[in-house]
Amino acid sequence: MRESKLNGLLCLLGLLALWELMAQAEWINPLIVPPVSRIVTIFADLIWSGQIPLQILASLKRAMVGYLLAALLFIPLGIFMGLSEPVHRALEVIVEMLRPIPPPVIIPVAMLFFGLEDEMKISVIFFSCAWPILLNTLDGVRNIDRVLLNTARTFGLPQRKIIRQVILPACSPQIMTGLRVSLPIMLILVVISEMVGSTDGIGYFILDSQRRFRVAQMYAGMLALAILGYVLNQLFNLAHRSLLPWHWGMTQRAR
Amino acid sequence: MPILEVQRLSKSYRQMGGETTVAVGNISCQVEAGEFVSFVGPSGCGKTTLLMSIAGLIAPTEGKILVKGQEVSGPPANLVLVFQEFNKSLFAWRSVLGNVLFGLDARGKKRREAEGKAKVLIELVGLKGFEKHYPWELSGGMQQRVAIARALAYEPEVLLMDEPFGSLDALTRLELEDALLRLWEELGTTILFITHDIEEAIYLSDRIWVLSRRPSEIIEELRIEFPRPRNQVTTRGQGRFMEIRNQIYKQISNESRHE
Amino acid sequence: MSRAGQFNKTGWLVFGLFLLIWECGSRSSANLQLYIPPISQIIGALSELIFSGLVTTHLLTTVRRFLEGYLLAAVIAVSAGVALGYFRFAHSLLEMLIEFLRPMPSVAIIPVAILLLGIGDSMIVAVTVYASLWPILVNTIDGVRRIEQTLIDTGRTFGLGRRRMLWQIVLPAASPYIVTGLRISLSIALILVTTAEMVAGSKGLGFFILDEERSLHSSNMYAGIILVAVLGYALNHLFIALERQAMQWHRGMGVRETV
Repeated sequence: MRESKLNGLLCLLGLLALWELMAQAEWINPLIVPPVSRIVTIFADLIWSGQIPLQILASLKRAMVGYLLAALLFIPLGIFMGLSEPVHRALEVIVEMLRPIPPPVIIPVAMLFFGLEDEMKISVIFFSCAWPILLNTLDGVRNIDRVLLNTARTFGLPQRKIIRQVILPACSPQIMTGLRVSLPIMLILVVISEMVGSTDGIGYFILDSQRRFRVAQMYAGMLALAILGYVLNQLFNLAHRSLLPWHWGMTQRAR
Repeated sequence: MPILEVQRLSKSYRQMGGETTVAVGNISCQVEAGEFVSFVGPSGCGKTTLLMSIAGLIAPTEGKILVKGQEVSGPPANLVLVFQEFNKSLFAWRSVLGNVLFGLDARGKKRREAEGKAKVLIELVGLKGFEKHYPWELSGGMQQRVAIARALAYEPEVLLMDEPFGSLDALTRLELEDALLRLWEELGTTILFITHDIEEAIYLSDRIWVLSRRPSEIIEELRIEFPRPRNQVTTRGQGRFMEIRNQIYKQISNESRHE
Repeated sequence: MSRAGQFNKTGWLVFGLFLLIWECGSRSSANLQLYIPPISQIIGALSELIFSGLVTTHLLTTVRRFLEGYLLAAVIAVSAGVALGYFRFAHSLLEMLIEFLRPMPSVAIIPVAILLLGIGDSMIVAVTVYASLWPILVNTIDGVRRIEQTLIDTGRTFGLGRRRMLWQIVLPAASPYIVTGLRISLSIALILVTTAEMVAGSKGLGFFILDEERSLHSSNMYAGIILVAVLGYALNHLFIALERQAMQWHRGMGVRETV
């Protein structure tokens, strides 16, 4: 395994070196694809000057608020719908109607209401993360094994306790899945909404750099975004490991 | 000329820590055309490795395999292997008919005549009426029959079978043993069979090679002379049957004890 | 819907109620009507747009870009995925690169694409291809790598050459995974097309919706959104229908997936 990782790393470095060479030698237009060294230098500058961290923070703030609001509303809703078949049937049609709407096209609606403010992005993210979270939670609750529920019942547990001690833990892996799937969606939508209508944020920064032909800066922004994506992923895994250590172990063994 | 000849075959593996495991020690034998021969040995003695080497799916470390006098490297064209794990070998995306047709197609048969032949084979293995079923809809015994039909569709001169009935229940096993013998008598294919079931080997074969534990070598060759067609009741009921069985059993349990 | 096939009366009733509240609530305040026009007005706008043909170019443009991007991505990703799944060495080389590019949201590629290709069809199709590649690629590689060795050995024992091995065994065996990837990419492709049209377009539904918002024609804007939703819905169902046909054998095996 280690050997293949080393191979992969060498290949990656090789490609970067090739990029650098081609840009410096002007085999590819350095105005469109600057040398790696330049991008990295600009990237470092922008980090030190605080520019990039500022933009990232602005994006992160909106993203997290939208994400958490969606989780706060749709996890309980999903559980409720999962436990109560009548409620599920009542809301099912509305959900199926709203679900196929590609999230980006909601942006103009949000802009109508909120202009270019933070609320616009937050509402878009809220809408987009809703469905994976809701549907996965719903699925998790509905797929709880009958045997598990009957076990709880045979111990004479009242409904409230059953929910807390059996249902919630049992469907938490699936809820995690919903949250995990929503993470990249959150990131994508914050970038899109900033590109379409914003005055700050990392998405805006990347597009704006392109408009001003500050090309190396644009790539630096993309690099920052990739790193952000990676970090968020790692943080999520950390949360997964600490909140659901038993499930984390299972998924690791399956690899 | 023997249809299949194994000369001083041995296979060893490099382990993770750098040590070498010898799976197959030194095997030499000859199989005549039309024979039904079996390898019997204790668990883990390398039977599967041996068969996979003969089938050309694994390259031997030493030794040669000759099919009709020609040395082989890679799967020989007139030989086919039936795997123990039929559920992993059958094509889930093809029906019973589709799976058998695959064997014919691999042999190069044209579509039109192939369908007729396939249906004959399906009937031969006792699955008439199940042509359109998918593997997952069938029982274990039926699935293995499909695998056998598919292999026979290929019209191999030698059929290799790796403990084909090992994962089936006892009664199904007996049924399939007889079905296999009928097929063998009808088609005249040479069959090389491996099993850990001593009585199965005796019941089916003309000759048996008893293998030692790893690294496997042939410790005994037995000629089985019961008249054919064999019968689950009368053949197995004979005193001589039990004698042979006990003889082989003693040899194998000696081997196992030394593990 | 919930109970297989049964018509969800309650659900539709609630939905109808929801629409009713929308209609009345919207009409009750002139101020609100700008942001949330009455449903009847939106439907009116929608039918006018369709019948007058005003929105036809936009719709067709979006569909065309979607198909070009998605299908191109599918061909590239499946081919590359099979190759990388097969050749471990190539995969190990590129694995780091793939892992490096994955966390970056594909939409961030839009400014680069604008730089390279301007703001037109080729830019939009290019970003769609880029974004749709990943799920298909990753799932294809996974599917190919998970193929049972026994299946490959079966192909080899039947003397299958490279080409047949690929078409008769590798692709069918990996197809459930490939289909999963294709399904995920379906929605991604639509998202990218509409996004790219919003960021830098002059035609297409994405552009249309944004444009109507800018000119404060909210009814038209909502109508456009409904159109996109219907498009997504239609594409999804078309996919499911095709999948049902092609993957009949897999359904029977009882596999569950979410997302």
